[in-house]
Amino acid sequence: MHVTSQIREPLVTGGKSMAQVSDDICRHVEGKPTKSWIMAFTAAVGVLTIGAISVGTLLWEGVGVWGLNKTVGWAWDITNFVWWVGIGHAGTLISAVLLLFRQKWRMSINRAAEAMTIFAVICALMFPGFHMGRLWVGFYWALPLPNTFGSLWVNFNSPLLWDVFAISTYFSVSLVFWYVGLVPDFATIRDRAKNAVSRAIYGGLSLGWTGGAKDWSRYESVSLILAGLATPLVLSVHTIVSMDFATSVIPGWHTTIFPPYFVAGAIFSGFAMVLTLLLITRKVFKLEDYITIQHIEMMNIIIIVTGSIVGIAYITEFFMAWYSGVPAEQYAFINRMTGPYWWAYLTMMTANVISPQVFWIKKIRTNIVATFILSIIVNIGMWFERFVIVVTSIHRDFVPSSWAMFYPTKHDVGMYLFSFGFFFTAYLLFSKFFPVINIAEVKSILNSDGEKID
Amino acid sequence: MKETKKVYWKGLEQLSNDPEYVKYADKEFPEYLPINGEDDKTGEASSRRDFLKLMGFGVAAASLAACEAPIRNAIPYVNKPVDVDPGVPNYYASTFWMGGQYASVVVKTREGRPIKVEGNRLSKISQGGTNALVDASVLSLYDKARLQGPKKEGQDITWEDLDKEAVAAFDAATAAGKKIIFVANTIISPTFLKAITEFQTKYPSAELVQYDTQSVAGMLKSNEEVFGIKAVPCYHFERAKTIVSFDADFLGTWIDPIEYTKGYSKSRRLDPDKKEMSRHYQFESNMSLTGANADYRTPIKPSQQGPAVVALYNAVASVTGNATISGGGEFANIKKAASDLTKTKGNSLVVSGSNDPAIQTLVAGINNMLGNYGTTLGFARTSNLRKGDDAAFDQFVSDAAAGNVGAVVFLNSNPVYNHAKGAAVANAMAKIPFSLSTTDRKDETASSVTYIAPTNHFLESWGDAEPKTGMFSLSQPTINTLFNTRQHEESILRWTGNNTEYFEYLKANWQSFSNGLTDLKYWSFWDKILQDGVYKLDEAEVEMTANVDAAAAASSVASNYKGSGVELALYQKVAIGDGTQGNNPWLHETPDPITKVTWDNYLTVAISDAKEWGITEVELKANRVNLTVNGTTMDVPVVIQPGQARGTVGLALGYGRTAAGRVGNKLGVDANPLVSSINGTTSLSVVSGVSIEVTPVTYQLARTQTQQTYMDRENVVQESTLPAYKKDSGAGRWHPHIATWTSEEGKVKPAEISLWKGHKYKDHHWGMAVDMTTCTGCSACHVACVSENNIPVVGRQEVINRRDMHWMRIDRYYSSSPEAIEAADGVVDGYRALEVAAENPEVTFQPMMCQHCNNAGCETVCPVAATTHSTSGLNQMTYNRCIGTRYCANNCAYKVRRFNWFKYHDNTQFDKNLSMNNDLGKMVLNPDVTVRSRGVMEKCSMCVQRIQSGKLQAKNEKRRTVDGDINTACASACPADAIVFGDMNDPNSRISQLLKIKDIEGDYGIDKKVREPRAYTVLEEVGAKPNVLYLTKIRNKDNA
Repeated sequence: MHVTSQIREPLVTGGKSMAQVSDDICRHVEGKPTKSWIMAFTAAVGVLTIGAISVGTLLWEGVGVWGLNKTVGWAWDITNFVWWVGIGHAGTLISAVLLLFRQKWRMSINRAAEAMTIFAVICALMFPGFHMGRLWVGFYWALPLPNTFGSLWVNFNSPLLWDVFAISTYFSVSLVFWYVGLVPDFATIRDRAKNAVSRAIYGGLSLGWTGGAKDWSRYESVSLILAGLATPLVLSVHTIVSMDFATSVIPGWHTTIFPPYFVAGAIFSGFAMVLTLLLITRKVFKLEDYITIQHIEMMNIIIIVTGSIVGIAYITEFFMAWYSGVPAEQYAFINRMTGPYWWAYLTMMTANVISPQVFWIKKIRTNIVATFILSIIVNIGMWFERFVIVVTSIHRDFVPSSWAMFYPTKHDVGMYLFSFGFFFTAYLLFSKFFPVINIAEVKSILNSDGEKID
Repeated sequence: MKETKKVYWKGLEQLSNDPEYVKYADKEFPEYLPINGEDDKTGEASSRRDFLKLMGFGVAAASLAACEAPIRNAIPYVNKPVDVDPGVPNYYASTFWMGGQYASVVVKTREGRPIKVEGNRLSKISQGGTNALVDASVLSLYDKARLQGPKKEGQDITWEDLDKEAVAAFDAATAAGKKIIFVANTIISPTFLKAITEFQTKYPSAELVQYDTQSVAGMLKSNEEVFGIKAVPCYHFERAKTIVSFDADFLGTWIDPIEYTKGYSKSRRLDPDKKEMSRHYQFESNMSLTGANADYRTPIKPSQQGPAVVALYNAVASVTGNATISGGGEFANIKKAASDLTKTKGNSLVVSGSNDPAIQTLVAGINNMLGNYGTTLGFARTSNLRKGDDAAFDQFVSDAAAGNVGAVVFLNSNPVYNHAKGAAVANAMAKIPFSLSTTDRKDETASSVTYIAPTNHFLESWGDAEPKTGMFSLSQPTINTLFNTRQHEESILRWTGNNTEYFEYLKANWQSFSNGLTDLKYWSFWDKILQDGVYKLDEAEVEMTANVDAAAAASSVASNYKGSGVELALYQKVAIGDGTQGNNPWLHETPDPITKVTWDNYLTVAISDAKEWGITEVELKANRVNLTVNGTTMDVPVVIQPGQARGTVGLALGYGRTAAGRVGNKLGVDANPLVSSINGTTSLSVVSGVSIEVTPVTYQLARTQTQQTYMDRENVVQESTLPAYKKDSGAGRWHPHIATWTSEEGKVKPAEISLWKGHKYKDHHWGMAVDMTTCTGCSACHVACVSENNIPVVGRQEVINRRDMHWMRIDRYYSSSPEAIEAADGVVDGYRALEVAAENPEVTFQPMMCQHCNNAGCETVCPVAATTHSTSGLNQMTYNRCIGTRYCANNCAYKVRRFNWFKYHDNTQFDKNLSMNNDLGKMVLNPDVTVRSRGVMEKCSMCVQRIQSGKLQAKNEKRRTVDGDINTACASACPADAIVFGDMNDPNSRISQLLKIKDIEGDYGIDKKVREPRAYTVLEEVGAKPNVLYLTKIRNKDNA
């Protein structure tokens, strides 16, 4: 029997030539900042400044400026931490895992996704930093450094310490991976540069890239090695973050389902964030031909899958609480759903489990506006998931006399804004000065015969 | 060089060749060098090597310390005082008598500063117990609001001038034929009374008017009529098998709560050899501390008190064959109480907190019918703690208003604030030519007088006390006067023209108590009693005949007890009392044992009334109400109080001070003007003319605990009843089991499964046992802990933010409402119903502090190992190492860890934290305990500083510590002896005996076999294996 393969949809539309690709992507790097970019950047720096006031107050006065109390020792800080780490997952997943699986559609989105990862991880790291009572000693005491305190060493039993290792490893690998990918593109910009300053800067950044076969061969192998290194990290980071909770004794935290559940949640929220950002970037930088509806659909499918996994995890938790026969555990979950924070639980359920199900309909998952709205809803839902886990578990745990409520203060909000301000400032700087799409790799997936499609 | 024949002698000893001299002649240092303190006993001389070691270490330590520390100008002793050794505490016996509360105490001083007040165990009255007010009193010493010297019209004056002008005024008053009035709260010092009597000899027109902020004048009057003895009898709660109390908060504030708690707890303590406990009935309007401990509690209105007492009288009379009286009524539990009383005839006790002589007469009648006089109460000794005479005070007020008073001296009393007629006193002041107050601060009364002659704090004073006839307690100063103050006893001596110091006067007076000892014998007697702090004369035999006119009392009750509308029951709070220590932030931040509210007073309203009147509480914010009492209106916040009698409201005295000091001013409302009177005595009940108007304004009170019930969590609170306990000592115990995977093991105890290898406790294994049956929830331990461990005060707003820093808290749980549970439909509803407290709930107190878990959740999660396990079972917190992630607090199942959210010391934001924010206040800090910095975690250390010092002392004496060497602050303060601390590796320790710990000889591991069936660890199935164990709460009820 003669089988004819279906002709695949092209990954880049518009029948771009190689030169056009370079032009399209380098255009915004080389040109003057656009009005919309300046406005967005001003807003981001503004938010960063407002947040900085809160951070300053926090450092000056103490952690008490937040709404935490004797019962609820973590709230927005760790919620935001886990949320940002989760967002930081998509980048590596897209670049590393999809690279290993030879998914070529990733090529036009991995750069931005990786950048997002790096900024999100930095945002995430702010929270465990600033949430410490004594940041000024904590930032290095938490590292296993040789010291003059005698035989004083870190506590390897503590999941927080594992966090330090997991996240710092993840951050460094992601950073190197991202940078390695940028090198050929920096060289492209260097070669196109019209003035000495950019030539010098991009020349420096491109680390003497010549474009020779040896360069490319090394580039390929390094990418592959780093992808291999990064892949287990996608699983390990959130697994370890989840262990902060899973290894504790607190009902609602003390759950073995957390590692897979957290990883799925992280990919879920990471993809949603990538979508949010890319849909804007695509529009602003007119990259519709590179980031196509097919990309969006693919990512939406991943969102349905991970969203459903998360949904199953939520239901499993309830089942286990009932099945365990532990009264405190049972109460923790009843309280989640019907206690004073029922609205947080409801938001989480609606946003994370119910709303992504609309992507089963092809019309919706290929609709840009719907995708954009849902991507934001998913991120709100995932924030509430972390809030539900962190706060509603400890606010009413074993001993009823200590039950308390958590109410955020303006500084809780301020600190969160600070991370947003930082994230968008960094992302906007990236999108202005760095090529937002991997020029070199995208060229490899152009329709090679140059035939104009569409 | 010319040879000289001159001989120089070192001294006459050498010349005379004194054998003592010859012995040491060849030594470089002929005298004994005190290097370590034990040599007097063992006779062992320290070796030169030891000396060199110590010196070497000292030099090294000193030079190391010099490397970084900035230079501070510390001034060393030029001549070291004999008894003051740096780092070594001295203890002085003294007496607390303030705000109507008495305790014999021992004061711990360090480097000459009193830092802690503890109970004096030699006292036969307070027996080593304290209460919140006693524990906190040391902070009142270092109060900046105290006056620094005598004042005249607000200006400084010298003592000489003040004395001159005072004497002139007294002479003038005498010459004008006007009265000289001393207004005082009850004076229990015999020597002080003698000084006043001497003054009266010089100025015959002088009168001493005593009043009490919590008057029992009605009882005095009644006892005078019935027995001819105008005194408060001694109560022996320890001998009582049935206790019935009508509104007497004898465990909290009534007359001598420490003594009564001691006795009560003895009658309630269960052990395998004594499976009996007293049964306690309480009839009251407000939920008092005493009512919370009762086995049967009946809420009654103040206007029902009379009829309820009559009903009990009749019920008892009908059984004992006495004549019944008219009146009474149907009240729950009266018949049952009467039946128990008559069954335990002679060993029962009825008390009433009412100040109505008629009720007191009836109560005396009931006790008399039951034959209780001579056993559970009696006049063999009488209590001197309440001698206030309401009639005399009223007389003073009318005399003053009429201009018959030539001079008034307020002896450390503050009637303008704490007497119902305070306003009248203040108004009359203009008509008194000479007015003087001896209070330590410019309080409400002192603000309206001309002269202030500030007296010393009791810790700066000499004195004596006779709390019960023939039982004495002495006071000695523990520090020089901080300011230019003079104890008022001495002032009286001066004004009498007696120039002896009060100390000499006291000592001389005491010769009369010493059975005629003189000179050396007397001196050693004096030293002995001063050291002991207490002294007792033999009990006198008292002939007593009762002449109870029950019919008259009944008719008085019938005419007086007619309530209309809402009734108001005023009360004193356990930790505030009458507000005398109103500027003490430790007390303000101590949560009320019942409501758990700090920093405020409030109207307590019954649950059903709140519903009826439309008072709602949403997110802890309840409507404020306008309380109008006979024309006086005040705006007060509301606590919806389970156990409050329907149709009544309660309001605490001791608040609303205007001149207490920076901390205490303007907290709550002043309820003193609302105090009414009945049968010529003051009454804390207002039975008519009370109206309540609910306002839309809501207000959040600062509570340390907001969840009312324990949600049926048997792993937290385990309780049972006496009959069940008698059948099975382990009644009420909850035994969790964990299912294992293998079928052979099946379900096992949680303790048998562990990831951890456990610890080896080779030497000590510290542990604690808390008896929830005897614990009354009085909060003495709580304040003792604050004082011992330098715990910061965070203020009202931070308590609202749920950030109180208390290392030890007393969890108070109400039983859930059975009606709500009955009405609940489904699981969720069921849980919601559990949150609702019953209208008249059972109350359980559970002191909760760090449980020092052997498998501590906090220890594993700290990333920097700042909290670790000691080799003797303590969970220890290293503040220096803490980076403040708060993970430990989150992972603590008992939620006992406290985080320093802010810098609480030297921070104007926390200026109510007096002990850390000014130089004077800082003198109270315990130098053995670090003042924690911002950003670190802290928690109960089981008073590790005391453990260390106890171990050090034992080591110096080359022995092992024995039980009793070391005690924690909480255990030592507990007036109910409900907390036992000790070494679980020592088979003879009280804790080992109490918990019947087995296998001490074998493996020194963590898994002690506790054989006491009542003992349990909270949240056993979590597997943390705490070193703090609780004994089940047993109530003496027929059925649960």
